[in-house]
Amino acid sequence: MHNTYIYILVMAVVTYLVRMLPLTLIRREIKSNFVKSFLYYVPYATLAAMTFPAILHASDDIRGSIAGFAVALVLAYRKKSLLTVAAVSCIVVFAVEWFI
Amino acid sequence: MEKRHEFRMGLRDAIPICLGYLAVSFAFGIQASEAGLTVFQASIMSLANVTSAGQFSALDLICNNGTYAEIALLQLVVNMRYMLMSTALSQKLSSKVGTVSRCLIAYGVTDEIFGLSVTRKGKLHPAYSYGLIICSVFGWVLGTFLGAFAGQIMPQRIISALGLAIYGMFIAIIIPDARESLAVLMVVVCAMVFSTVFTYAPVLREISSGFRIIIVTIVVAAAAAVLSPVNNEEVTDA
Repeated sequence: MHNTYIYILVMAVVTYLVRMLPLTLIRREIKSNFVKSFLYYVPYATLAAMTFPAILHASDDIRGSIAGFAVALVLAYRKKSLLTVAAVSCIVVFAVEWFI
Repeated sequence: MEKRHEFRMGLRDAIPICLGYLAVSFAFGIQASEAGLTVFQASIMSLANVTSAGQFSALDLICNNGTYAEIALLQLVVNMRYMLMSTALSQKLSSKVGTVSRCLIAYGVTDEIFGLSVTRKGKLHPAYSYGLIICSVFGWVLGTFLGAFAGQIMPQRIISALGLAIYGMFIAIIIPDARESLAVLMVVVCAMVFSTVFTYAPVLREISSGFRIIIVTIVVAAAAAVLSPVNNEEVTDA
């Protein structure tokens, strides 16, 4: 069994270095267009891969999750804020589970 | 004098972030306590990491007794986007800003804090960043504490609904840009399709969720970088 505090420490060190090294070391612009493009696409790929299909099992009932996912997509497409999208998708799940 | 003003501006501007973080980290706290973390462990994790995607993805690995190397690699890939943000922020700081200040600013590089910092007019004052960070991290840690604490006494119905909070936030980050750029839209769709295949296909589903995210991210982002390289302006706008 692994120690939870060591997990947290490992996470914190890696995450901090990722943030700190470019700020302190890179004082000039990155030249490689491939690296720049790759870094540009990373957040979208990561967050999309983390969201689907995991979101389907994020609540107790898959029907509620699908409804919440659909509403989140529509609201995000209309450029609603993070707070609005997150809150409304939770409320939708709650409502669907309430009526089913 | 200017320092105090900048600091206060940072605190004030970060209030919406603080509220958003409260909601999402509340959901994180609940999930952390379900994954077997104590209230203290969950709060420390939030204080030490301040990374929504990284922390949520780590819970799964911790639950499944993953290796330390696995969790390190997962954090590296999931949080790799901060490298781009830190790089962009380094261009926003005056060369007079010392290493200590840079190390402090680095602690609070998140999607939302970066968004506010990079759109600020002129050079970025470190005191402004400190204001943003203190206000935002306060919400992040408080929400985690309350969630981990309340998770043990909250009705299951509410816990179930809050499970969607983090994904709602992710969707709110990626979809508006997918609307503007066909390449980003393709990246989002492909990542979701690959991730689904990896989750359910025989053999592939044996791969842990951590490595699944790593593999999908690297393959999709690299393919997009080759097929649709971005120009400089797009990168600094990210």
